[in-house]
Amino acid sequence: MHIEFDFPAVLERWPSFLGGAVLTLELAFIATLFGGILGAIGAIGRRSRNRSVANICTIYVEAIRNTPLLVQIFLVYFGLASIGLKFSAFSVAALALVINVGAYTTEIMRAGFDAIPQGQIEAAEGLALSRLQIYWHVILLPAMEKVYPSLTSQFVLLMLASSVTSQISAEELTAVANYIQSDTYRAFETYILVALAYVVLSLIMRAGFWGLGMLIFPRQRRLGTPL
Amino acid sequence: MPEIAAINQKANQAGIGPATAPASPVVMLKDVHKSFGSLKVLDGVSFEVGRGEVTVIIGRSGSGKSTALRCIDRFERINSGEILVCGHRVDDPGLDLRALRQDVGIVFQSYNLFPHLTIEQNIILAPCAVKRVPKPAAKELARRVLAQVGLEDKLHAYPEQLSGGQQQRAAIARSLAMQPKVMLFDEVTSALDPELTGEVLKVIERLAADGMTMVMVTHEMGFARGIADQIVFMHRGRVHEAGPPEMLASPRTPELSQFVGAGL
Amino acid sequence: MGGHLNGNHLLFLGQGMLWTFGLSVIALGGGGIAGFIVALCRVSPSRWLRIASGAYVQLIQGMPLLVIMFLAYFGLAAIGVQVSPLAAVGASLTVYVSAYLGEIWRGCIRSVPRPQWEAAEGLALSRAQRMRMVILPQAVRIATPPTVGFMVQIIKNTSLASVVGFVELTRAGQIINNSLFEPFLIYSIIALVYFVLCFPISRLSHRLERRGGAARETLTPA
Ligand SMILES: Nc1ncnc2c1ncn2[C@@H]1O[C@H](COP(=O)(O)OP(=O)(O)O)[C@@H](O)[C@H]1O
Ligand SMILES: [Mg+2]
Repeated sequence: MHIEFDFPAVLERWPSFLGGAVLTLELAFIATLFGGILGAIGAIGRRSRNRSVANICTIYVEAIRNTPLLVQIFLVYFGLASIGLKFSAFSVAALALVINVGAYTTEIMRAGFDAIPQGQIEAAEGLALSRLQIYWHVILLPAMEKVYPSLTSQFVLLMLASSVTSQISAEELTAVANYIQSDTYRAFETYILVALAYVVLSLIMRAGFWGLGMLIFPRQRRLGTPL
Repeated sequence: MPEIAAINQKANQAGIGPATAPASPVVMLKDVHKSFGSLKVLDGVSFEVGRGEVTVIIGRSGSGKSTALRCIDRFERINSGEILVCGHRVDDPGLDLRALRQDVGIVFQSYNLFPHLTIEQNIILAPCAVKRVPKPAAKELARRVLAQVGLEDKLHAYPEQLSGGQQQRAAIARSLAMQPKVMLFDEVTSALDPELTGEVLKVIERLAADGMTMVMVTHEMGFARGIADQIVFMHRGRVHEAGPPEMLASPRTPELSQFVGAGL
Repeated sequence: MGGHLNGNHLLFLGQGMLWTFGLSVIALGGGGIAGFIVALCRVSPSRWLRIASGAYVQLIQGMPLLVIMFLAYFGLAAIGVQVSPLAAVGASLTVYVSAYLGEIWRGCIRSVPRPQWEAAEGLALSRAQRMRMVILPQAVRIATPPTVGFMVQIIKNTSLASVVGFVELTRAGQIINNSLFEPFLIYSIIALVYFVLCFPISRLSHRLERRGGAARETLTPA
């Protein structure tokens, strides 16, 4: 069997790949930002003394973590359509990813909250800080610092998982690859290159998160402890 | 080799002391140097241990006692010098490690029993796997060594069901089951409450009386004085003073004097 | 459009569910064996094995499973290697799972306290004996909760097989939807089935984790 590779034929489509990669990063950015906020809210909700609030948060987390992202995406896509709302594929993809990563973030943040010693909170109460101030300074930020590595790996996993949104025709990297391979009949070369592109994207994201961590957690920067 | 082992064992059983034993030492360190990176930990250490002798290494924390002990069993590679243990050239890169370790038993401060195995399984593991002793014979051996440390009734217990002192005695029994020619002890009572320390020291004392060659690191000065044939005082990676236990009563150097004073 | 959900549809979904289960078993089996080898390489005394296996893990963990599946199915076909969807999906899942399980298990092997290695070494056990008799039995206990937890990921990830046309649960749902066009209802049912498969395993992993934490504390010497 004689196999001939033609990477240049695929590589010359680089502007399309680049466009797809940018869209993938945009999706990842939106999902990280809003998923992170949703997760923080979810984690606070799970600690709520109001039982029904806590229960709703728990149901949300368990429902998302025990079903596939692909099915969630279809549910959001057809769910919005069935109530008559029409969004772009990108918006639906972003929404589904936010909902998905929000649940994982909730769980990770909760573990971070649980790791804050009760004494810290009591000390803050003793200093007459308000509830909100305590949440921000004594619970949220230290917990974030603690779980930052797991959070960021989750966000990188999310970026990779966003390839699934190609199934509702969001024009991200995998969708671009599907299009190019059907156009060039060079599926092998295309998917090899796209796989490597994802590897590069995850490296970029990790480097970005590392830098961000250095920026927002001055203690890490000063003491040089690994994030 | 087998003959030497047999003679050795006979000598051990007869409790023949260093005075009548053949001249060649069981353990010999000569000008041993060892660094971790830029940190010099052993800076020309030399001492010898004759057959049936008990050598106790004392010294302040960080003076290199554990490192010296670990070098004897080749848990650390030395930078220069010579180490000879039961005829094994420990500093030789081509050393048969497993042969060395069959001749040397080592017991650590933190017992390190295998938590997933019963005491009996802990003990028969190495004899069966390394020496190919048949199971029934190994179990018999386990009973014997456990009797030696006074734990016959703990054969089927798991390590976590034992007190610290019992775990440490079981760890000693596990080493004895390999019928080593030398035993190394590194602060084996340091993790124990005072009331549990005694039971472990008693076991070691009995071993010494039976003629086992031993090198031990300990902070129990009274015990050291009673059991040692030789005391090695280490200071900053060197053997600062060495001699019979009587030297503790009249230190020649201010460092030992200070160390002994602090220990009192 | 095309009638109502009936018994035949449910039977078809049931069949799909069996394939989801089957794919999960294949992924766990294949990925488990390969992952075990990866984990052993990651802690190997050979520098080159460590570097090579580390690179493998980094590479695979940097790729989406979907792209790996596309590569195995469409990519190989394009260069003349025809593989069935089952073979492509099975191989992709095996490769993907091996990188993650390999890394999880490496951590478990590494977390067996160092003195345990030394004690085994001091008893003259060979490296293979130390691994088999002392380290692995302890690592298995540590590894059980995260491995059970990862099984949930495996089950969910088999849904991607639908994308290359393999008829497991999700694909079965899509096919039914093509005749009924009740997507929200059908995907809700599918989601529910996944939940019923995954939730008990999640709980089990959680319970094991809590119990394991307590057990490990008692195992460390005083
Ligand atoms: N594996 C190692 N790597 C780096 N430094 C070490 C290592 N082991 C011991 N040391 C250092 O060597 C010195 C002597 O240690 P050790 O032999 O344990 O002393 P002792 O047992 O007398 O307290 C200490 O400063 C210790 O920090
Ligand atoms: Mg020490």
